[in-house]
Amino acid sequence: MNRRSLTRAFLFLLKRDMLISFRRRSEAINPLLFFVIVVTLFPLGIGSDTKLIQAMAPGVLWVAALLASMLSLDSIFRSDFEDGSLEQLLLSAHPVTVLVLAKVTAHWLVTGLPLMLVAPLLAVLLGLPGQGLSALMLTLLLGTPVLSLVGAIGVALTVGLRRGGVIISLLVLPLYTPVLILGSSTVQFAAAGLPVNGQLSMLAAMLALALALAPLPTAAALRLSLS
Amino acid sequence: MNAPERPGASRSLLEVAGLHCVRDDKDLFTGLDFNLHAGQILLVEGRNGCGKTTLLRILCGIRAQESGTVRWCGEPIEKLGASYHQRIAYVGHHDGVKRELTVLENIRLAQALGNPSERSVGDILEIIQLLGYDDVPAQVLSAGQRRRLALSRLLATNSVLWILDEPFTSLDSRGIAIFANLMATHSADGGLVVMTSHHPVDLNGVEIRRLRLF
Repeated sequence: MNRRSLTRAFLFLLKRDMLISFRRRSEAINPLLFFVIVVTLFPLGIGSDTKLIQAMAPGVLWVAALLASMLSLDSIFRSDFEDGSLEQLLLSAHPVTVLVLAKVTAHWLVTGLPLMLVAPLLAVLLGLPGQGLSALMLTLLLGTPVLSLVGAIGVALTVGLRRGGVIISLLVLPLYTPVLILGSSTVQFAAAGLPVNGQLSMLAAMLALALALAPLPTAAALRLSLS
Repeated sequence: MNAPERPGASRSLLEVAGLHCVRDDKDLFTGLDFNLHAGQILLVEGRNGCGKTTLLRILCGIRAQESGTVRWCGEPIEKLGASYHQRIAYVGHHDGVKRELTVLENIRLAQALGNPSERSVGDILEIIQLLGYDDVPAQVLSAGQRRRLALSRLLATNSVLWILDEPFTSLDSRGIAIFANLMATHSADGGLVVMTSHHPVDLNGVEIRRLRLF
């Protein structure tokens, strides 16, 4: 298979998954809704201590984004597994890793990207200083794809189980924590007016590593789940 | 790469040797051997649960066998990987049809994932008798229509080996006739078919080899 047909397959699968999410809008919007609800409930629960809310804002935003992303993971492969499309993907004439990357990209465009776009509004709501906003968006831009890529490994391992939900969290959360720590601390630093180039480079390195490596175990795990 | 290979009928394309498979600590089959030449059709028979589907999944390379080898043109299929997958089309128990997508989108997807054939989508729709259904989401199709759509993969891609698990499930007699015809043509063109079926199979007089699993 030449490179052109591989690109075509990648783009086609990406388009297909986005189209399916669009036709199942009510499901696809759930992670975003969850994110908005959790973040808006925090000030209500904490009370009128604006200093405290402001100090907690980076952590709250990042934890909510992480949980929203984790809740949506199952949808990457579940429906394909149930209707037999996953078998067809594994039997495709193209490398499975590339197809996995297409599916994860579609998942991020549907779940991660909207989180990033809404985050500044919620940050203002929590009173995050203006100088932290760009750092928040940048960390989410670099961090949420890592969550999708790493999460895909967990989903691929558990897709054959009837109730994989809890196991996914156990498998994936330890791998999520570095992203969370780095992401929220970067926003805190930026909000305090400190330079964050170093942390952003670290996050970018994580993304590059996940992009290059995560599809391999995901493809292997999918083969295991189907055999 | 585009036209199905037509090597001399004497050479076997698919060779299965000493295949051994275990499921739930039980031997499904041991020492299974067979060879398939170009143009041959193999019908795998046996009672429920005797491992027909498992055998087909091993032949696809989705499932690993305990021991034994499956070779395509002399090479083990694990080694060939994606270049083996270009040669096969598999239709399993599940249709592999995306219900949210339209008939047309499903066929295009099959083409994009496989090694697309020269047939136009219009031709394919005409053959599987779903002409006029292009923009209909697959979820509103009947079970038989959806099965025909799943089997359209055989037409949308250029594959030499068709691996079909109960292809005739939920098809009416006309639907069965369409695909029996297609298999006969495929065999005449030098293609291979491995299938299971609970229906009596009649492919317009084309000779069918039978493999019985116990």
